[in-house]
Amino acid sequence: MDRLPSYKISSLGETALIIDFGNTIDESINKLVHSLFYQLQNDPIPGMIEAVPGYSSLTIYYDILFIRNLLNKQTTAFEWISESIKKFIPKENIETGDPQILIKVPVCYEIEYAPDLSFIASQNKISPDEVIYLHTSTDYHIYMLGFLPGFAYMGMVDEKISSSRKQKPEFVEAGSIGIAGKQTGIYPFRSQGGWQIIGRTPLKLFDKEKINPVLFKAGDKVQFYSITKDEFEDIKNRNA
Amino acid sequence: MNLKILKTGMLDSIQDSGRLGYQQFGINPGGTMDKYAAAIANILVGNNTDEAVIEMHFPAPAIFFDQPAMIALSGADFSANINGTQIPLNHAVIINKNTTLQFHTPKNKSRCYLAVKGGVKISKWLNSYSTNLVAEAGGFLGRKLLKDDTLELNNSTNTYNLKDTDDFKILPWSANEDFGIQYKEEFLVMPGSEWDWLDKASQEKFLKNPFFISHNSDRMGYRLASEPLHSATKTELVSSAVNFGTIQLLPDGQLIILMADHQTTGGYPRLGNIISAHLSILAQMKAGDKIQFKFTDHQTAENLILKQQQHLTQLEIACKLRLENYIHENYRH
Repeated sequence: MDRLPSYKISSLGETALIIDFGNTIDESINKLVHSLFYQLQNDPIPGMIEAVPGYSSLTIYYDILFIRNLLNKQTTAFEWISESIKKFIPKENIETGDPQILIKVPVCYEIEYAPDLSFIASQNKISPDEVIYLHTSTDYHIYMLGFLPGFAYMGMVDEKISSSRKQKPEFVEAGSIGIAGKQTGIYPFRSQGGWQIIGRTPLKLFDKEKINPVLFKAGDKVQFYSITKDEFEDIKNRNA
Repeated sequence: MNLKILKTGMLDSIQDSGRLGYQQFGINPGGTMDKYAAAIANILVGNNTDEAVIEMHFPAPAIFFDQPAMIALSGADFSANINGTQIPLNHAVIINKNTTLQFHTPKNKSRCYLAVKGGVKISKWLNSYSTNLVAEAGGFLGRKLLKDDTLELNNSTNTYNLKDTDDFKILPWSANEDFGIQYKEEFLVMPGSEWDWLDKASQEKFLKNPFFISHNSDRMGYRLASEPLHSATKTELVSSAVNFGTIQLLPDGQLIILMADHQTTGGYPRLGNIISAHLSILAQMKAGDKIQFKFTDHQTAENLILKQQQHLTQLEIACKLRLENYIHENYRH
């Protein structure tokens, strides 16, 4: 990315605003979102409650009562946050300030845990082994977390293993690895889901007993590696 | 044991003003649906407004107290009674040990809040008492309250020595919960970031047509039924944050309003957001209720929520004073 994309600020109700860099899935724009996000984490605007990174947008939630107490009667909290955010938006493209962590995630791709693997293989006219090979041969960028506690939206998968969503969501087990379009992700809980399931990890993606209950954060890198069913059981028992 | 659920209600959970700061991990704020009513219940018993309360739906639970306590109910009127004697909403009530709080008939609204002086003794999860049903965390064992659950009351923060009393008293003052809401038959809405995705005819319908809350509505969101609206674009939205009160356009042209337990992000067009001063009205509506939208601006929306806050602050000061005087006159010898 040579030039900074333009952005638009819009309201998400009177308690939050969205800084939108265009409705797109693009790693460099997403890194810009993260750069802004981590700057605000380190140096929050007074009155900011929290910030949430999306694919190409950052949303800031703020405390109207706190901000309006700081201001004169004519200025709204929205105007004030919109103005305060400007100095954080970099003038030129910079690498994301937060150190990237590479997390290696073991995945069992055996049929029992991979109900849709053969569908993806046949849809793309490749063998199931090739699907596994392609899924495990790249590092994935975590664009954002959302949908469920600890659900990371990652990408992009190779064109040859991309797939449409299911027509109707089905129940998927915790740890299931899915593909939707060129995105890949892991379901932290048993839940309804529309992504095509190609494997399962024995790792606990969400552990409420931990200080950081969620394994991933936006901006991390993930690499999948293939394990057997026995290894899956071993890791699962060790983590239990 | 201090408080015991004798009968399971439809959905009773421990909630507070919400879990802030974890949406970046996909963990939503949750919290009470009607923050205003929950705050009033807390204020009446002298708690901080963000103390944990029990949010109840109808059929409501039966709750047994084996200790004297000071309680208050606010929000929906489910015809509450203590050992058969009716108690009003929006009053602090001092109850004896071995009394049962029950609810007979839902008279209005959807959600009733029970505050107990000092709160209940549970630990916070990620800085909040709110129950996250999806993560099965927070609140009481991360789930709704069930028959035979027992909760200890926080007597450490109970500055009044209610244990010595053997009374059942409805304290004479009450909170006027209608003041501060300022709702006039229409929900004020701030235009959303994808408002202009709607075609012109649908924009007009949004602001003119009535919408009906469907049965498929819960703490996560209210689905609305109406004439379908249409997007003027085939563009799909990449996932981005949403808010309590966000009105999304579903693929079938119907609307959903996201409520307290909404997911943190979504990919449906955001047509608007109900202003926070009106969320407590919405939180008390039922399936079949009619709603209409009217646009407003930042200045109005911010001023209305500030006004509501000021009302709560005044109420808090007044209640603290009355409560102190009352306890002084009646319980300290």
